[in-house]
Amino acid sequence: MTSKISRRAFLKGSITAAGSVAAGTSIARAAKSLTSEKKEPLVTLLDISKCIGCEECVYACQEVNENKYPEPEKPFPKMYPSRVPIQDWSDKRDVIDRLTPYNWLFIQHASATVNGEEIELTIPRRCMHCDNPPCVKLCPWGALKQEENGLSRIDSDICLGGSKCNKVCPWDVPQRQTGVGIYLDLLPALAGNGVMYKCDRCYNRLEKGEVPACIEVCPEDVQTIGPKSEIIEKAHALAREMNGYIYGEHENGGTNTIYVSPVPFEQLNLSIEQGKGKPHLAKVKNMMADGTNLAKAMLIAPLAGVAAAFGKFYLSSKEDK
Amino acid sequence: MKTTGKTRKYIYTITLFFIVLSGFGQMPIFKRYYISDIPGLGWLAQFYVTHIIHYVAAIVLIALVIYILFDFIFNGSGLNKITGSGYFKIVLIAGLIVSGSFMVIKNLPDIYFSHNSIIVLDLVHVSLCMMLLFVSLYTRIRKKRWVN
Ligand code: SF4
Ligand code: SF4
Repeated sequence: MTSKISRRAFLKGSITAAGSVAAGTSIARAAKSLTSEKKEPLVTLLDISKCIGCEECVYACQEVNENKYPEPEKPFPKMYPSRVPIQDWSDKRDVIDRLTPYNWLFIQHASATVNGEEIELTIPRRCMHCDNPPCVKLCPWGALKQEENGLSRIDSDICLGGSKCNKVCPWDVPQRQTGVGIYLDLLPALAGNGVMYKCDRCYNRLEKGEVPACIEVCPEDVQTIGPKSEIIEKAHALAREMNGYIYGEHENGGTNTIYVSPVPFEQLNLSIEQGKGKPHLAKVKNMMADGTNLAKAMLIAPLAGVAAAFGKFYLSSKEDK
Repeated sequence: MKTTGKTRKYIYTITLFFIVLSGFGQMPIFKRYYISDIPGLGWLAQFYVTHIIHYVAAIVLIALVIYILFDFIFNGSGLNKITGSGYFKIVLIAGLIVSGSFMVIKNLPDIYFSHNSIIVLDLVHVSLCMMLLFVSLYTRIRKKRWVN
């Protein structure tokens, strides 16, 4: 515990220091271009081959986002019916081997064989910030929003903790904390169950022209952030260079998080530990595609109605003659 | 003529049933309250399924509404025959279609609605639906018709 506190304190210092050093450096330039590049979404590129699994990003994320974490009131109000699960992470804030309301980024471990050699890979995992995020689009309360720079985030003042976003997320990303949020002021026994939490891609840092904390603090420069077209191009160049593979470009119809790995993702997917709060690396079809196609069909519906009415009118006027 | 009226009524009732059910299915309530545990109703807790059913029912409803509207126009009469409760339901359905259309647009890729407009749309859509349900219940109990 002590070592963690001192580590955190150290990191806090290092982030501030990094911030001051950053002025006038490439980070500052990148940050500046981020604010002016409004139209094109911002995408992060993660070069898995560089990640050493030091978890600096995990602690940096906790450090800068601590003020957004839930402080639930206990005891929790009784919820009905009894099947409604209490999800309480407030006493397990130290858990960093999965996504929780208090841990929006974690390191996944995989081993793989490359050229006959066994290698260990570590992969930072968090919200993918989908192009057309089901979590945002399907929330019935409008508690989530997607910003024009491509990030999606949950408004903890509006979220009721129904966890629909978690169920529709292909990666099991948003995580629930019971006992916080607006449901407490409504009908806590009958509706709602807390607030959902996930990576918001440090929206408040981006607004100030700073890069997300996990990107800034990484000693190996695993992550790069920039305009979509630029990053996609970079990702492909990198993949070519290392004879590697890409994940996230087409998953769920496209995301704003691109991983590049020297090992096929199918192989990584078999190796990583998966489960609740531990996202897979499998292929994901575009979850919103059916809705998008039906939306097009919806344009035809009025025409069909007019045609049917006209057909009926035409037939009956013919009959009259 | 009678049969078309009946067919319309059946289509309307069935569509309304599915659109309301799948609409409520957008909220995470059917699982919590064991309704999706009832054999045959498991789909109510599958959000992508209820989403698609809601869209399909909306397509049918829009086509039906436009059909009836143009049928009125082509026949050149009948508007004065619509009852008060009929008009009220028409306004509610129109509101549901308009707010729903905006929500469909909102769900398309590369569309960014402001946070407040998303919340307002959600609330308006749910409120109109509740009002339509109550008015429909009232007209059914009091045997009030759409047209005189
Ligand atoms: S990964 Fe999940 S939580 Fe993140 S934007 Fe996509 S659907 Fe939403
Ligand atoms: S972008 Fe910000 S919130 Fe998301 S994982 Fe990185 S540090 Fe955490």
